[in-house]
Amino acid sequence: MGLPDQKQTATEALLATLTMPEGGCLAAARKAALSRVQTLGLPGRRDEYWKYTRPDTLVQPDAPAAAVFDAGEAPMFDEFDRIKVVFVDGVFSPEESDDLSLEGISIERIADICDKDIHWGKDLYGVLEARGQDPVARPLAALNTAFAQDGVAIRVTGTPSKPVNLVYRHQSDSSDAILHHIVRVESGATATILENGPAASRFNKCMEVDVADGGTLHLVRAQGRDHERRAATHLFARLGKESVFKAFTLTVNGVLTRNEAVIELTGDDAMAHIAGACVGDGDFHHDDTVFITHDAVNCESRQVFKKVLRNGATGVFQGKILVKEGAQKTDGYQISQSLLLDDDSQFLAKPELEIYADDVACSHGSTSGAIDEEGLFYLRSRGVPADVATDLLTLAFLAEAVDEIEDDEIAGALVTRLEGWLARRR
Amino acid sequence: MLEIKNLHVKLEEEDKQILKGVNLTVEAGKVHAIMGPNGSGKSTLSYVLSGRDGYEVTDGEASLLGEDILDMEPEERAAAGIFLAFQYPVEIPGVGNMTFLRTAVNAQRKARGEDELSAADFLKEVRAKAKTLKIDADMLKRPVNVGFSGGEKKRNEILQMAMLEPKMCILDETDSGLDVDAMKLVSEGVNALRDEGRGFLVITHYQRLLDHIKPDVVHIMADGRIVKTGGPELALEVENNGYADILAEEGV
Ligand SMILES: Nc1ncnc2c1ncn2[C@@H]1O[C@H](COP(=O)(O)OP(=O)(O)O)[C@@H](O)[C@H]1O
Ligand SMILES: [Mg+2]
Repeated sequence: MGLPDQKQTATEALLATLTMPEGGCLAAARKAALSRVQTLGLPGRRDEYWKYTRPDTLVQPDAPAAAVFDAGEAPMFDEFDRIKVVFVDGVFSPEESDDLSLEGISIERIADICDKDIHWGKDLYGVLEARGQDPVARPLAALNTAFAQDGVAIRVTGTPSKPVNLVYRHQSDSSDAILHHIVRVESGATATILENGPAASRFNKCMEVDVADGGTLHLVRAQGRDHERRAATHLFARLGKESVFKAFTLTVNGVLTRNEAVIELTGDDAMAHIAGACVGDGDFHHDDTVFITHDAVNCESRQVFKKVLRNGATGVFQGKILVKEGAQKTDGYQISQSLLLDDDSQFLAKPELEIYADDVACSHGSTSGAIDEEGLFYLRSRGVPADVATDLLTLAFLAEAVDEIEDDEIAGALVTRLEGWLARRR
Repeated sequence: MLEIKNLHVKLEEEDKQILKGVNLTVEAGKVHAIMGPNGSGKSTLSYVLSGRDGYEVTDGEASLLGEDILDMEPEERAAAGIFLAFQYPVEIPGVGNMTFLRTAVNAQRKARGEDELSAADFLKEVRAKAKTLKIDADMLKRPVNVGFSGGEKKRNEILQMAMLEPKMCILDETDSGLDVDAMKLVSEGVNALRDEGRGFLVITHYQRLLDHIKPDVVHIMADGRIVKTGGPELALEVENNGYADILAEEGV
């Protein structure tokens, strides 16, 4: 069964521009991924999974140009004590990065893992991505596995004293970056990974996260503010028994962002929280696509997504909870909400539940609304100017998502950014 | 202080006249009470004075200290000195009570060209004032009015009033839903603010509140107008005989 002509042509056109890096020990994984891309074809406008987001600019051979934006403020997370791992237009920069050694954690470039005869990364690279292709195809992730030019392998074995910060600098107006990270959190280990920066004009990022029994990983990312940048990201996570994975994403600006999260709870009593807050003004399209599979007993999952949209911005949420047979005592929660600051903006949501166990508690809700006029008048009647009051209510709207971040200082830093963004638009 | 002349107000959305010529002057240092049957327009008057959307002034005027307020935005009126204690205080999930108070206090100071209160000074003041109203630290931390009981909401209104130190305080049925103890706290809070330079307009159904907050003047409002004005004894008359006699007498 071949691909439809159009898809075939588009797929071949992009593949013709890409060169697979020397694979070494990952060559087989890369080749397998390439054949997945060839079989699946790249996303097209008619694909059901891309109904609300046009993939054209993500799959066209040349990345549309995106100006490097001078935010005029210190990069996110600068004030934190962290290990900085810097990528410039998708290429690791040793000069700008910190010394990567720290007790309880190892950080290596993907390219270096083949130097060792035995390396955990060989069993993870492309593995969760491949698992994540069923039941819904994610060809951009397979493309990433095949062609990623760089990335890191992070193994957490203890409790490192500070977070790892993956910093993505955007330097060239036409950069087209593909990064692939793999993360393995060993039994009982705990770490925090921070990510920030626009990365490139077009960014395809994939992160595979394997959390062993009793491990904990916190992931907080702030996607960069460059107005014209585009990004397609995939987060694949597999959670073992009693493990915890909490991910939060802040997105401010960006003409197109598609963030997919594919989470599998495979060990009993595991917990996955996936949350996001985004604020978009004008030419802004933001898509959160989440697929959480419960395949063990007594697991908890939460999806909390909030979007503030103005001047014709578009928000998309596709979120699914799949509870497999035997995944009893599942606690699944999903909420997606948008605050539309004008009539031109829109929010498109498709929440889904698919449940094959009988003893589960799952709920989902999706709302779209304007600013609360009663609240606004109340604040103004106390002397708070209308624009400040609107900002307060907007931040209040986002608070439920931001509250998903466990570390108060990190949450506070994100709120400060949001305040700044709102204040600049008064 | 507050001067209302021949105020006519209709709803913006529908052709319904609600205030039909209200005349009222509240002098500095005085407490005026407005009583009247449900639906007579008391809340509408308080909303129109504080600048809520949805009403259209078709005739008349209203001024504070000689300055026309009807063209001002709600926040400008607040900075000019108008404060409304809401009949139904609004819940604002996600905004902490303390943040709300500090934002309001500093916004008003800024509008008046004064320096912002330092965090420490603000905290000291809010704690002291909250204490007299028996508002605990937890209530200050919680989101504005969310999960507050009826009495807590009303005490919170008085706390805001105490922090903002307005010139003209309008209280819309602040006594409704209060038990005896809360009524006492609220009244003491109001009385503590009574001052030569401050006017009060207290809207209530019951004499009970006026036992605590002694009015200088009592007005009866009916069908969008002040139909009778008198001294404190007028409130007692209402308490004993209801509105029927007064309204019949005034031909409403
Ligand atoms: N927004 C509104 N929409 C419809 N009717 C209103 C609105 N606001 C006030 N009214 C009407 O105006 C009249 C006066 O209401 P209100 O001012 O609340 O009276 P009071 O406070 O004296 O009980 C009532 O008949 C009420 O139904
Ligand atoms: Mg009323």
